[in-house]
Amino acid sequence: MSTINQSGWRPTTPEAGEASGATFTGNRALMLEEPLIFEIGSSDTTGVDFGEMPEGKSRLGGLERKSIGLPGLSEPETVRHYTRLSRQNYAIDLGLFPLGSCTMKHNPRLNERVARLPGFADLHPLTPVDSAQGAFEVIDQLAHWLITLTGMHSVAMSPKAGAHGELCGVLAIRAALEARGEGDRKILLVPISAHGTNPATAAFANFTVEDIPATDDGRVDLEALKARLGPDIAGVMITNPNTCGLFERDMKAISDAVHAAGGYVYCDGANFNAIVGRVRPGDLGIDAMHINLHKTFSTPHGGGGPGSGPVVLSEALTPYAPLPFVEKDGAGYRLVEEETAGEHHAGTFGRMVAFHGQMGMFTRALTYILSHGADGLRQVAEDSVLNANYILRSMEDVLDAPFAKSGPCMHEAIFSDEGLPEGFSTIDIAKALIDEGYHPMTMYFPLVVHGAMLVEPTETESKAALDQFIGAFRSVAARARNGDPSVKTAPHFAPRRRLDETLAARKPVLAWKDPDVAQAAE
Amino acid sequence: MRYLPLTPADRQDMLGVIGATSIDDLFADVPEAAVLDGPIHGLPLHASELAVERHMTALAKKNLAAGDAAFFLGCGAYRHHVPASVDHLIQRGEFLTAYTPYQPEIAQGTLQMMFEFQSQVARLLGCDVANASMYDGSTACWEAIVMARRVTRRGKAILSGGLHPHYVSVARTMAKFTGDVLDTRLPVLGANPDTDDLIALIDDDTSCVVVQYPDILGRIGDLSKLAEAAHAKKALLVAVVTEPVALGAIRAPGEMGADIVVGEGQSIGVGLQFGGPYVGLFACSEKLVRQMPGRLCGETVDAEGKRGFVLTLSTREQHIRREKATSNICTSSVLCALAWSIHMTLLGEMGLKQLAAINHAGASAAADMLAGVPGVELVTPSFFNEFTLRLSKEARPVVRDLAHKGILAGVSLGRLYPGAGELANGLVVAVTETTTEEDVATLASALREALA
Repeated sequence: MSTINQSGWRPTTPEAGEASGATFTGNRALMLEEPLIFEIGSSDTTGVDFGEMPEGKSRLGGLERKSIGLPGLSEPETVRHYTRLSRQNYAIDLGLFPLGSCTMKHNPRLNERVARLPGFADLHPLTPVDSAQGAFEVIDQLAHWLITLTGMHSVAMSPKAGAHGELCGVLAIRAALEARGEGDRKILLVPISAHGTNPATAAFANFTVEDIPATDDGRVDLEALKARLGPDIAGVMITNPNTCGLFERDMKAISDAVHAAGGYVYCDGANFNAIVGRVRPGDLGIDAMHINLHKTFSTPHGGGGPGSGPVVLSEALTPYAPLPFVEKDGAGYRLVEEETAGEHHAGTFGRMVAFHGQMGMFTRALTYILSHGADGLRQVAEDSVLNANYILRSMEDVLDAPFAKSGPCMHEAIFSDEGLPEGFSTIDIAKALIDEGYHPMTMYFPLVVHGAMLVEPTETESKAALDQFIGAFRSVAARARNGDPSVKTAPHFAPRRRLDETLAARKPVLAWKDPDVAQAAE
Repeated sequence: MRYLPLTPADRQDMLGVIGATSIDDLFADVPEAAVLDGPIHGLPLHASELAVERHMTALAKKNLAAGDAAFFLGCGAYRHHVPASVDHLIQRGEFLTAYTPYQPEIAQGTLQMMFEFQSQVARLLGCDVANASMYDGSTACWEAIVMARRVTRRGKAILSGGLHPHYVSVARTMAKFTGDVLDTRLPVLGANPDTDDLIALIDDDTSCVVVQYPDILGRIGDLSKLAEAAHAKKALLVAVVTEPVALGAIRAPGEMGADIVVGEGQSIGVGLQFGGPYVGLFACSEKLVRQMPGRLCGETVDAEGKRGFVLTLSTREQHIRREKATSNICTSSVLCALAWSIHMTLLGEMGLKQLAAINHAGASAAADMLAGVPGVELVTPSFFNEFTLRLSKEARPVVRDLAHKGILAGVSLGRLYPGAGELANGLVVAVTETTTEEDVATLASALREALA
């Protein structure tokens, strides 16, 4: 048996039985432990039938491969392995998932069915343009919706995820500045409350990042921002609604001031779901904004991607949009790529990705948008904001809500660990919520709030679901306030207790090593 | 509306609890000039599931699906048979509708899968470690170039002419902004990869050499000498694999000395999907791991000593390091990585080798048959499942015309390299286990007619 397998799925106590509370298998009824494929599979097992191995002369240039070390499982073993693993995950399909800023809403299954239609799923990206007109029409229809809902001038569809969309927007700003001969504007102003991707993106595009100060009510300090504007400023990156869950009241004034000083306004559109159909970012003077299709338009998060991050652009930035893009051409569509860009899109900053972007996400998002329509999307924003305010006002007497007096929140409510007894913090409340059957809220983000707890219920929760969550949240908050020590050691009932992240980082084990190799290394 | 559970009565009750009289009160911070007083004009209103499905199905039918044609396209995206259980399993709600596993106690399913994926990828590519996936092959390739710059503290990357032109194009776009110097070239329509030319170019400013294996024309070359030459100048070898099934038949780049191996994982488990979402593979040697971008899952123990998995080494990442992060990437492509991992588990080593052998045998037979057509010449003597033909006339219009007859003949080099002289007659043809002998015969007779 492998040295790194002495804990885990094997029984941790040899004496199984009622007295010890242990079982022979380590399982707990429906809570099933599952080994790694490397522990149960073998290199001569397969779940796929191919028939006879072909014969014939190899043309592999003498580079034939010998052993690889990949385990295989039969189909029933494979299905069981992944089904068992799946049951160790929390998911929206299981319950409310109040992860602030991440927008865990219901994923309609029609989206999945449509994305799997052979005309979309079984279509090669380099198929001749005439044979993919329906795909280009999907891209064009989705683009039309995104442009219209945001009141912007154009949209770059190819970015692969939100952070990739940020990069697209920032590169467009850089390209625009250089085209104006003002490439020496090197500073992007970013609020300290911004998501970490904002400064990382700015740095990747060779900008220098400076903080924008905030007011006590959790918004950008307009006067301080104005005072910093000047000929070295490329622009600002602002999240609106912001990461404290507040609408930036001064957004238009900010945009006007930045434009007057020769800069551009990037808006992180992560929270567009709060305002879709009620406010158009284009009316607030935004020059570029990415839209996370998984947040606002319900494509599945999938355990951490794939995402999709189209970027809507103002008229000023449109000439610099990346390749490729789809254009109406008489009755059909054509693809503008490197070959034809010179004709009428010579300012493009270039290609960001192979092929056309996340087509599989476009079909899902368009399906969702058509299902809701203009009226339903507006209701989405309203219900998400209503649900968040309901939680805010139902919790503010038991948890510190730093911006409770700053006006209504938008789609998420923020709390802090202020007032918890010594030794208790946000993480304890989060882990105790796990025992109550919930995924925790976002912890310690944004950085401007001490021990931040960012709660986003989304519009796809019923009032009954919200009431039950509020009951659990209040109960956990009360236990923490009273110094209940069992909160400190939560979760007690999850598939695993708190995990040692320090050990994982100090001695990284990032891949399976065969037992003899692992032992030899020790 | 079927996706919104609140009733009008709920909404009234909740407004009461909040202390608001109408929903508009909750949007009071929106400046008046930006307030929309009703649904945006000119956009359709909500629709039934049936109506939406009908609309989307009509759009899908306007495309010529690969399965409805004699199909030979490759060049970075490959059509393989994906077992039914793969799609069934990735649609389990616990995988499909989970978030990034930031709360490991209730995300062991995703985390263990990531650990298994990383281990499978590392072994397939012949490296020590792999990350939990990138957006796709093209972005992984650029991230590898940036990583090589961080490791070597040099700013010039040499890109092989055999590297996928979209990957080159992505790198060129990014380099314009970052100041990296890229030494690029077009492929030459000949029998061999440009290994010797690349070796001659490596100097003391070179951060890395980037080479695709098999390359864009399908050619396979031993990377060992290139790795030695790069290492002699303290540069890195970055290898790019766009058809990972090949590594069931040919040696892995990591085994031949590549320091970073990246790839497009699409051909295993993911499907064509018109270009995305795909899954970027990223692997390297153990000593470089702290310079690696992207998510990483590592093994640890919980408070009771049970084995478990967590996201680790996050001090490289943007949410901790902000502007000092190794990359701005936040998400990866986990659901596609899951599909990849399930498919790889079903195959196992034995199945992968069989699959690779069938692909190679099919491609070999097809190459011989097509090379027998007057006006067709096989350019690439060694290849895996994709080879290049030189036609007696420009390939692009031929491909276009054949598509109208329901034959997707391959990727013309004129599409990938518009205006590049002798490449215009090149046609890259991919053959996988999904290609039938009838498909090949159909293509051969169509080419015979088109080139007559």
